[in-house]
Amino acid sequence: MSQTEHIDIASNALSYAMKNGAEEASIKLSTGNGFSVVSQNQAIDLVEQFNDQSFSISVYIGKAIGSASTNDFSEDQIQTTIDKAMNLSRLTKKDDCNGLAEKELMATEIRDLELHQPSDLSINKAKEMALECEAAAFDANDLVVNSEGATVGSYESHSVYLNSHDFIGETQSTGHNISCVAIAEKEGQMEMDYDYSSTRGLDDLQDHVNIGRSAGNRAASNLGAKKLKTQKAPVLFSPRISKSLFSHFLNAISGTSLYRKSSFLLDKIDEKIFPSFVQIHENPHLKRGFASTYFDAEGVQTNPRELIQDGCLKGYLLSSYSARRLGLKTTANAGGHHNIKVEKSVDEGLDEIIKDMQSGFLVTGLIGSGVNIVNGDYSRGANGFWIDNGEIAYPVNEVTVAGNLAEMFSKIQKIGNDPETDGSVFCGSVLIDDLMIAGE
Amino acid sequence: MQNIEEIVRSRLLDPYGIDDMDLQTMLGQVVSNGIEMGDIYFQSAEAESWTLEDGQVKKSSYSSRQGVGFRSIIGEQTGLAYSESFEKESLMTAAKAASSIAKAGKSETLPISKRDFGKPYYLADNPILSIDDQCKIDMLNRLDEKVRSLDSRVKEVIASLAGAHGTVLILNQDGRLATDIRPMVRLSLSVIAEDNGRIERGTSGGGGRMTYDFMDDDQLGQYAKEAVDQALINLEADEAPAGEMTVVLGSGWPGVLIHEAIGHGLEGDFNRKKTSAFSGLMGEMVASPICTIVDDGTIEDARGSLNIDDEGNQTERTVLIENGKLCNYMQDNLNAKLMNTKSTGNGRRESYSAQTIPRMTNTFMLAGEHDQGEIIESVDKGLYAKNFGGGQVDITSGKFVFSASEAYLIEKGKLTKPVKGAMLIGDGPSALHQVSMVGNDLALDPGVGNCGKDGQTVPVNVGQPTMRIEKLTVGGTT
Repeated sequence: MSQTEHIDIASNALSYAMKNGAEEASIKLSTGNGFSVVSQNQAIDLVEQFNDQSFSISVYIGKAIGSASTNDFSEDQIQTTIDKAMNLSRLTKKDDCNGLAEKELMATEIRDLELHQPSDLSINKAKEMALECEAAAFDANDLVVNSEGATVGSYESHSVYLNSHDFIGETQSTGHNISCVAIAEKEGQMEMDYDYSSTRGLDDLQDHVNIGRSAGNRAASNLGAKKLKTQKAPVLFSPRISKSLFSHFLNAISGTSLYRKSSFLLDKIDEKIFPSFVQIHENPHLKRGFASTYFDAEGVQTNPRELIQDGCLKGYLLSSYSARRLGLKTTANAGGHHNIKVEKSVDEGLDEIIKDMQSGFLVTGLIGSGVNIVNGDYSRGANGFWIDNGEIAYPVNEVTVAGNLAEMFSKIQKIGNDPETDGSVFCGSVLIDDLMIAGE
Repeated sequence: MQNIEEIVRSRLLDPYGIDDMDLQTMLGQVVSNGIEMGDIYFQSAEAESWTLEDGQVKKSSYSSRQGVGFRSIIGEQTGLAYSESFEKESLMTAAKAASSIAKAGKSETLPISKRDFGKPYYLADNPILSIDDQCKIDMLNRLDEKVRSLDSRVKEVIASLAGAHGTVLILNQDGRLATDIRPMVRLSLSVIAEDNGRIERGTSGGGGRMTYDFMDDDQLGQYAKEAVDQALINLEADEAPAGEMTVVLGSGWPGVLIHEAIGHGLEGDFNRKKTSAFSGLMGEMVASPICTIVDDGTIEDARGSLNIDDEGNQTERTVLIENGKLCNYMQDNLNAKLMNTKSTGNGRRESYSAQTIPRMTNTFMLAGEHDQGEIIESVDKGLYAKNFGGGQVDITSGKFVFSASEAYLIEKGKLTKPVKGAMLIGDGPSALHQVSMVGNDLALDPGVGNCGKDGQTVPVNVGQPTMRIEKLTVGGTT
């Protein structure tokens, strides 16, 4: 189905809704296709092909909302779906905060953010890459004896959003990814670790052999892990997981958490949340970014901005609804945050920070979702390495790190210059003073 | 009453003019030359949700989704493709894509056969149509009133009611056809309480493969009380302790321990690939002799139950660990075949678009002989974890976590003060050796659990009786 046909289906659907009594309406229609192949133990284990489509509509009647969706694009089914949304909006209670975002906020400047980077990656070529990637994991270290697989995938998607302010926004994008999960074994103990790369363009992907090798080396380095004694110590979060700390921050300043009073960062605008050296920017216009868009999920024009300046909170993440609930203006974050960059505070990478910190716990993996955004309590399972005399001493697992996010944020000592290039939150290594580690 | 197969055909095949000849042609493609196993999975699903906030139901959504998944298997290699359009041409394209892992060859035509399954474990009624929409709204409003009448410290109430109805038709490589109609309902309640500037949350909920009927006023009252009690207790909770200690886990939800520490490690795929910390431990003692653990997909109306799994096999009650000894893995067709055993009816897929893999259904530890009070009294100093949120496991190292949402200190055999939620961490193959007392109060969780694996989410139940674990690491802050 062509992109023009998509716009036709969506426009016809919008007219149908408006003709049948909707006061406002918005529609999103998207399609995607791609594939993924997995090599496991040097044989192709899985060849998966994707081909998805979805249509969703929200309608407003008398400030009450109804939403419905389908993956059947036949005219009949689309009309049935719209009728269903209309019925629901007649049953739900009105809310004065409901409605499309204000018309004057709709994006007018179309930007090419280079999200569409199609490649000629074939399934056969992807199989070769997956096999080579996995082979590199086995070759990296004799202790690597097994794998959970090396995966290579590619997808392409197209979506169109339109609403009754006559806004039409189109997004065409691609993604390529490679990942490898290696397993090392020594004296009956197994440890797993991984590496991955995920980018818009095939050319931007990290070399698949390097990914495999890195996964293999990481798995081998985890062997012989010990528990730590229960203690307070400095904790260094490696760049692979330090971004999760800032994801909790983003969750706590999201409009829904705020108007529901479910956040430990209520009413904190202009207050100091991090040490003065912390700067956090949001950039919706990053070229080839994974959270790049020139209009948000309501069609609102996006703009780069500061979230944290000199440690102080400068803005929330609001949609038009949560903004109205809070008596504020939307920040073009309907649909979530855009690309987030946490600035480095020192010109040091992981190795230099380790050298400087003398002793403490380097965390390279976290499991479990023990984070309470309502009160900021934080407690997660962790593994990594014990640092002694500025060097890695031995691997560690089966411990937890715990604290309260508000306090943890204020105790950040350093942010390194070594962010990963994948994803939508960019942050280097983070050193936090004095966290509780529970072990033996 | 129409039989289930007729209803399923009238939803999934008849509207598109798909007859048995068409099914045979598609199946012939999926299991063409050299392909040993394969199946076709027709599915349609509709779902609704109603959300109450600020004392009013202001949000509702409805979705419908359909598709047909095709799977071809040679040796350990699986080809998977699907079509969301039910046009015959589109279906054949997807069938060819799935079978493209095989060299082109001639396809064979197999006759379609049926198999009788016994009495179903849940009714086929559609919850979405079972009561009037206004009744669903009224139900949420009554729940809101009940919650707010319990305590003035309650500031926010968010409640949602969700119903779903799925229809599947599965045709496997032998031409055997199986059908199922799967209802599901779920109520979730979240309460925010505030006192002297401190804000805490309490949650509750329940559901299963039923219609909304079971949520009567008594049941709603229980949900309300449970969430409010939890929020109020958390308002008074002190910092949780840190380090190794004796832990008593409550019955029901805390069974997430069984799911994470043992369950995932006993799924067939991880053991066939030897990536599980339990690989090669068949017949060995992996828990103390008072532990017997089962996976049972046949419990009436339970969230994790299935009449047939997603490969058309009848679900079973599989004893995983008997008196401490590992005796079975959970299997789907592929892994069973490669491990020279038979499917245990644990082949599940999130939808037509996802791969079928071995998954849990309702997984729990059987009851022991002690009273709950007796178990708590036996502890001199430790933690009583009454309720839990989610958990996670690293299959390979066996390390697992699960997070307490309501917990108390035990001092000299008595519950003293409530402590904040904390992560508990342990090692799967050794944790259950530490079980020293098992209660007589086996309960399943109330029916709100989801399990994630390989990016696929499926509904499950967890469960256990109260249990004493000699030593587990508690991830508090003091």
